[in-house]
Amino acid sequence: MIEFHLDSRSGVSPYQQLVQQVRHAMRLGLLAEGDQLPTVKDVVSRLAINPNTVLKAYRELEHTGLVAARPGVGTFVTATLSGSSFAYGPLRQDLRRWIAKARKAGLDDESIDALFQDAFRAMSADQTA
Amino acid sequence: MTAVLEAVGLGKRYRRHWALRECTLEVPAGRVVGLVGQNGAGKTTLLHLAVGLLEPTAGHIGVLGGRPAETPMQLGRVGFVAQDTPLYAGLSVAEHLRLGGWMNPRWDAGIARRRVTQLGLDPRQRAGKMSGGQRAQLALTLAIAKRPELLVLDEPVASLDPLARREFLQHLMEAVADDDISVVLSSHLVADLERVCDYLIVLAGSRVQLAGDVEELLACHHRLIGARREPANLPSGQEVIEATHTDRQSTLLIRSDGPIYDPAWTVEQVGLEDLVLAYMRRAGAADPTSYRGGGA
Repeated sequence: MIEFHLDSRSGVSPYQQLVQQVRHAMRLGLLAEGDQLPTVKDVVSRLAINPNTVLKAYRELEHTGLVAARPGVGTFVTATLSGSSFAYGPLRQDLRRWIAKARKAGLDDESIDALFQDAFRAMSADQTA
Repeated sequence: MTAVLEAVGLGKRYRRHWALRECTLEVPAGRVVGLVGQNGAGKTTLLHLAVGLLEPTAGHIGVLGGRPAETPMQLGRVGFVAQDTPLYAGLSVAEHLRLGGWMNPRWDAGIARRRVTQLGLDPRQRAGKMSGGQRAQLALTLAIAKRPELLVLDEPVASLDPLARREFLQHLMEAVADDDISVVLSSHLVADLERVCDYLIVLAGSRVQLAGDVEELLACHHRLIGARREPANLPSGQEVIEATHTDRQSTLLIRSDGPIYDPAWTVEQVGLEDLVLAYMRRAGAADPTSYRGGGA
């Protein structure tokens, strides 16, 4: 079982924070197939949060096939994300090489991040245009 | 789904001052609605109209498909906690519960007792001797034990310390989860509202500036940052809510139906607090006289 928390300064909406925390826990292997998520009531009373927000987060996770609700029992993890990090291995290597190159070129961390975000946005814009 | 609260051209005037005017709203059932605005913006007036403590000067207001406080039956369907969580200082917790039982036909004594135990309140303690947080919790208990379909709370947490505030909101949200109650609460603490509300109404200068589903409102507002240019040149469908300029740069807060494709802008998400403040400032700039309306 995991415990949710909310960061009111993150700029990310509460429902998105819940979704991200489940995905994150799955990637780290803290949540595996068959594990139960906290009940809506538990999350509500722990975080003082609107029940509709929790339901919405759980519905989205269900929609993406990560969890399934068993009526009257609870919501359970039905997929696994932790194994998939192996597939990222080669990509991670490429990225590390690229970051090393950027450092060598004299870029600091902030510039590297800005460059990455900029290229990412430009590509997303190309795809939607 | 029927609206829990609907208003058409609703207005309330005190002598020559309009505390609320041209208010048109339709709030769906099953929501937790946050009503935000500065002091004097008309929040309390709107809530008092909704529970039937005030009669409209203009327009119409409907609550749960009927007129506010029209019949005893209609009164029983709405729970109301007024601004200073009024209780009888000389009465004990147990006496408050007994009073609630006499005055409310749908009173649920079991819920009331369970909540008092859960809160750790001593049934013999007088309300006058309790802390602000305990009084607020007792007032909420009385309102919930009425088994209302709609709960109206006027600034319920304004005078509470952060811990009491969080505990109050926890119990409120548990009640929403248990009983499917719709809630309308006013507050000027946007951070609290962000947790608990899924519907937002912004009042400023006696008028509704913004109303809608919180997620939808956040999705259709963006902050654009880029080289200086005049907002008038934006494509249609993008409304500027607030614009600030330096000699080089423009920062716009806009409402847009679709995504922003213009690569010249850096597009950022807008937080709920910034969104609320932008609408309040816009209202203040448009009508400086009503910015500090007297009374509530």
